[in-house]
Amino acid sequence: MHGRPRKPQKPVDDASIAKAAKLRVLQAQFFQNHHDKIYAKEALEISAKLLETNPEAYTAWNYRKLAVEHNLRSETDPDAIKAVLDEELRVVESALRRNFKCYGAWHHRKWVLNKGYSSVDHEFRLLDQFQKADSRNFHAWSYRRFVAALKNMSEEEELKYTTDMIETNFSNYSAWHNRSVLLSHLLKQKIEGFTPREKVLTEEYELVHQALFTDPDDQSGWFYHFWLLDQTVTPGAPVLVSSWPAHGSDLFVSFKGNLDGGVSSSFTSFCSDKGAFPLIIYFNQSVGGINSSTVTVKHLFDKNEDLIWVPLATNNSGNAQAWVTFLRFPDVKDDSLKAYPVEVKVGHSQCAFTVSLRSIDSKHGEGGSDMEMIVWKDDSFHASEPLLLSPPVVSLDQATTNKEPEQIDSRWHEETLANEIALFQELLSEINCKIGKLTLARLLRAHDKMIYKMPFADEKTHSKEVLDLFSDLMKLDPSHSRYYKDEHSLVLMEQVVSNRESLLTYCWKYGEAHPSYLCNPICLRLSKLSLSRIGSFENLLWVQMLDLSHNELWSIEGLEAMQLLSCLNLSNNKLRSFTALEPLKLLKSLKVLNISYNEIGAHSIDTSRYLFSSPLSHTVGDDWNIDAYVTDGVKMNYWEAAVIFKGLYLTQLDVVGNAIVDEKFNLFLTHILPSLVWLDGDRVY
Amino acid sequence: MHFNGEQQRQSIICFLVCSLKGFTMGELEVEKHAQYILSVEKRKDDFESVVMEHLRMNGAYWGLTTLDLLGKLETVDKDEIVSWVMSCQHESGGFGGNVGHDPHILYTLSAVQVLALLDKLDVLDIDKLANYIASLQNEDGSFSGDMWGEVDTRFSYIAICCLSLLHRIDKINVEKAVNYVVSCKNLDGGFGSIPGGESHAGQIFCCVGALAITGSLHHVDKDLLGWWLCERQVKSGGLNGRPEKLPDVCYSWWVLSSLIMIDRVHWINKEKVARFILDCQDKENGGISDRPDDAVDVFHTYFGVAVSDNDFSDSCTPLEGIHCMAMVDPKPPVLFYIVMELDFHFLNIRD
Repeated sequence: MHGRPRKPQKPVDDASIAKAAKLRVLQAQFFQNHHDKIYAKEALEISAKLLETNPEAYTAWNYRKLAVEHNLRSETDPDAIKAVLDEELRVVESALRRNFKCYGAWHHRKWVLNKGYSSVDHEFRLLDQFQKADSRNFHAWSYRRFVAALKNMSEEEELKYTTDMIETNFSNYSAWHNRSVLLSHLLKQKIEGFTPREKVLTEEYELVHQALFTDPDDQSGWFYHFWLLDQTVTPGAPVLVSSWPAHGSDLFVSFKGNLDGGVSSSFTSFCSDKGAFPLIIYFNQSVGGINSSTVTVKHLFDKNEDLIWVPLATNNSGNAQAWVTFLRFPDVKDDSLKAYPVEVKVGHSQCAFTVSLRSIDSKHGEGGSDMEMIVWKDDSFHASEPLLLSPPVVSLDQATTNKEPEQIDSRWHEETLANEIALFQELLSEINCKIGKLTLARLLRAHDKMIYKMPFADEKTHSKEVLDLFSDLMKLDPSHSRYYKDEHSLVLMEQVVSNRESLLTYCWKYGEAHPSYLCNPICLRLSKLSLSRIGSFENLLWVQMLDLSHNELWSIEGLEAMQLLSCLNLSNNKLRSFTALEPLKLLKSLKVLNISYNEIGAHSIDTSRYLFSSPLSHTVGDDWNIDAYVTDGVKMNYWEAAVIFKGLYLTQLDVVGNAIVDEKFNLFLTHILPSLVWLDGDRVY
Repeated sequence: MHFNGEQQRQSIICFLVCSLKGFTMGELEVEKHAQYILSVEKRKDDFESVVMEHLRMNGAYWGLTTLDLLGKLETVDKDEIVSWVMSCQHESGGFGGNVGHDPHILYTLSAVQVLALLDKLDVLDIDKLANYIASLQNEDGSFSGDMWGEVDTRFSYIAICCLSLLHRIDKINVEKAVNYVVSCKNLDGGFGSIPGGESHAGQIFCCVGALAITGSLHHVDKDLLGWWLCERQVKSGGLNGRPEKLPDVCYSWWVLSSLIMIDRVHWINKEKVARFILDCQDKENGGISDRPDDAVDVFHTYFGVAVSDNDFSDSCTPLEGIHCMAMVDPKPPVLFYIVMELDFHFLNIRD
């Protein structure tokens, strides 16, 4: 019962009771006929009456289909067949006039039409009536697509229909939707009149501007505009945006201990005790099928075909934005500091870097003991000598060469974006419209991303303006403030890590003495920035020590790309459950983790559970034993925590300050993490 | 089967009283809503109740879930219910919505859920039933609702949910089923009933649910869809099901649960949803309507109460069970049955 005005209550009147009794009799007669397989005229009339009163009586539609099949079994006269089917269409039509949202009735009509005896033109006329009465009825739109396909209508004609509907009423989201479906198909097929793409999209921008300027508070056009923007800026094919080691860098790999002095950059040093170092490639979108036939690595000590590429994803889709493989290096005896070149080619993108190997004496140099505790306090960190620092911030183009013909339309992209930005700045100078502000913020971000892609771009970015827009939106539209907050955080991250100077102000050197697993003591300290989400991982692949404490993080999605991380501080955030920590499963170098003072165990609804791999989502086999951790006869049902921790070799963990923590939980931790030396600052024995 | 009568009425009242205990805002007209529901329950012979007969299987599931919630499942005659449920089963293995009604996947799931709730799945020939559902899968991975071939992503969700409950998900081609659902994804990030169909909050719930059970949520563009869904919340605080539609109490469910599955529920303002629902109460005569000042009905009353309770009381304990998600039919009359089911099992809430 929708949209019926509230009136004073009346007792059930006799008329309703009489009507109900009549319907009951009809129903009983119908079921008797259905049961006895009686398909005579009188019986069919009873079912028709029933359906005209109650179109939702689905069994009656089924019965009528059986009747049609039965009565047409020996019929060959096309006119007689048509007469039988026309009667079906009549019943459907009168049922739809009672309730035109009835699934059963619409399906019955399709079933009849599929027989191929009925006039499709009549259907279009009927649809015009229905769509005029309710231009948003999705059954009618769906039926329209069905009959258009039946008649082999061209998509251009149907596109024209959406234009008419939109021009009648700009607020018809159903028409905009159908337009996006048809248009993306026409563009993809490169149908005549729908190339070049730029010309078509420019016309679409013009159409949607009319809608937006007519009523800026109507959402329909804005969603379409957002889709156009996406069509404008998203490259079709995936592009390699960064790698570790970064393009053009000189990596120093040492093993069995710390680097000694004299190394030019701490950002490009790595130590390994496994005789291999990771090669990480990072794309602008999630990709699949990365293997030695799609990626070529030229490296002195490995055959390309021996390399095994692993997607860095928490799901088992085989797709990921970041992929990793491990390159071996030989047992080098000399100290020649020879730089071995490595070249990586993926599609049209490529990157190159060199690797120098360092064998280290058994002495640990100035390094501390591996048993020493990492202390996340301000006085543990020192501003580092700038000389040592040159963080490998990549620009998109550094990693890519041989760009596709997309060069041609990059001018169009830039002009289009500039045009849209100017237009909405003008609109917003006149009215205060939330979705207009959001669109402007998105346009400015897209613009920044694009100029960033151009080599030697010197243009200033708009991040300050975008941040202001999101701050504004939080006040203007408080119901969605946390959406804007999340977007604000992502832009802030971009701003912080997008250029060298800014990034340097967040880089600190940890302590005088540090454990050997931390061969690069540079800590990226992004604490107290009020971040609710993190991003820009393409610029952070080099980080081995990361402090994200005292933010408002509810998710660490994407962190799995940071394969070099060995120390991570997530304390004093808003993480609600272990399932929200799933990316940690993939951080195999992680030794030190601080998740103290979060909200783990404090909420009854676990909103990240459905994204988490478990038997509940059939992503792990049924044989998965969640009761495997039985200690001293006590069943430890901390399966989410078990999934996160069982593959990690943490030596230090801080969990205090979460609702889940108690003695039993700590006991569980020491069992599942036998490598643990420090738990909440206490030594584990 | 006489479960529709006195027992159900009792359970409704118990449920209301029980849920409202957790409600802290103190503005819900508890007594009046209970009286309203009583008055509706007395009208057994009116037109509406006859029109609804084909949905009785859903009703049984709803009522029993309520009792389970109250810890009163022991008070029902399980054997009687089981024999009624089984009398709705057809030779094909599928269940009808009531005795004599044709089998359909919509009611088959409800039947399975009733039996699962009563811990009586052993009365079923599970493989026969699973084969019935599997037989409804089409070459393109989609599912028909019954032998007459209506295709809809609602049925994909139901099939996947049902087979998951029966531990027979391997009976279907899961990869194809997932690909079909993904082929219904739209350019706004939402999903339609068939490829090209417009996004709709109820349909989105089905598709996201199907992808959740099959561990395929990576196909969802969470930020794009999350933004579309959170924009369903309009200024009054209520939620609509599609852009530029009026808000409606019953849409709160589809939008909220979809947002939860993709971990973006914080993007809407829950307090304002509560406010909207409270404003939809008929404070004189009890009951909740779709929008403020519209006529109240029993569905929106149940729904409003259910959402209010689950979102705003924190006195609940989690319950395992993504498998227990309900059948779905985004038509309002069926809605409250589903909502009950989902609230308790899918949202993992138990008072």
